[in-house]
Amino acid sequence: MENFDNEMRLTFQAKSCNEALARMTVAAFLTPLNPTLEELADTKTAVSEAVTNAIIHGYGETEGTVELWCARRGREVWFHVKDTGNGIADIKAAMEPMYTTKPEQERSGMGFSFMEAFTDELIVESAVGEGTLVKMKKVMG
Amino acid sequence: MQAAEYEVKGEVLVIRLKADLDHHTALSVREAADSLLARSHAKHILFDFTGVDFMDSSGIGVIMGRYRQVIFHGGRVGVTGVGANVDRIFRISGLYKIVENYQKAEEAFTCPAYERLATEN
Ligand SMILES: Nc1ncnc2c1ncn2[C@@H]1O[C@H](COP(=O)(O)OP(=O)(O)O)[C@@H](O)[C@H]1O
Ligand SMILES: [Mg+2]
Repeated sequence: MENFDNEMRLTFQAKSCNEALARMTVAAFLTPLNPTLEELADTKTAVSEAVTNAIIHGYGETEGTVELWCARRGREVWFHVKDTGNGIADIKAAMEPMYTTKPEQERSGMGFSFMEAFTDELIVESAVGEGTLVKMKKVMG
Repeated sequence: MQAAEYEVKGEVLVIRLKADLDHHTALSVREAADSLLARSHAKHILFDFTGVDFMDSSGIGVIMGRYRQVIFHGGRVGVTGVGANVDRIFRISGLYKIVENYQKAEEAFTCPAYERLATEN
């Protein structure tokens, strides 16, 4: 793709044990940039939220694959999380703080709020029955 | 890896987290905590984060869920051993409104907030 300094793609089964795998992967990807502890925590949290959503809401009880793509150019880093699951009917409502469609599973509805708070750019693309692509960008200080 | 260790100390169920508190570990913590609450005399819950420095919004869900369980019987939820990253999540989410942060595990639930206020003033 467009000349990035580095780029990687990880695909994994939609299983909750892979949430930690995704966090460790982004942390390792960021290492050359010497991020602060806070930048590292922010990025891990944002990616963890997107990956968890793909697993719980995208696929639920059905099997599927989640894709994590990371790229960096200079101090700019992009993280995309993609699933080909259920999709989101109303993206605007879904992004409201405390909004959740799975309260019975003790979801707090704070996932998108954290992605927004901990990154510099958040774009959500989704279509019902096709899946969801969450694009995040963060500039390391 | 075991997500947490559990111990009932008098009226307090102590949950010593051993791994990041995410959706994956939240599921097992929720199940273990609820079964211990059902078959012990524990009234309060103390989450000990010592050594764990990651929690996301799934952690908020499991803590709020346990809070809803114990308040019915006058119980409370506390946390201890909270590091900078977990503290930030607690502050941003407003969880400290319902959960007390104790500097030391031994101080948990010993002194109600109003008593402490009285001694401070
Ligand atoms: N990848 C996804 N696929 C389908 N629905 C999603 C996806 N991500 C988020 N959603 C929807 O957006 C809502 C809000 O997400 P979020 O803020 O992370 O809260 P929570 O995960 O606690 O429900 C979810 O309850 C769900 O309805
Ligand atoms: Mg979520």
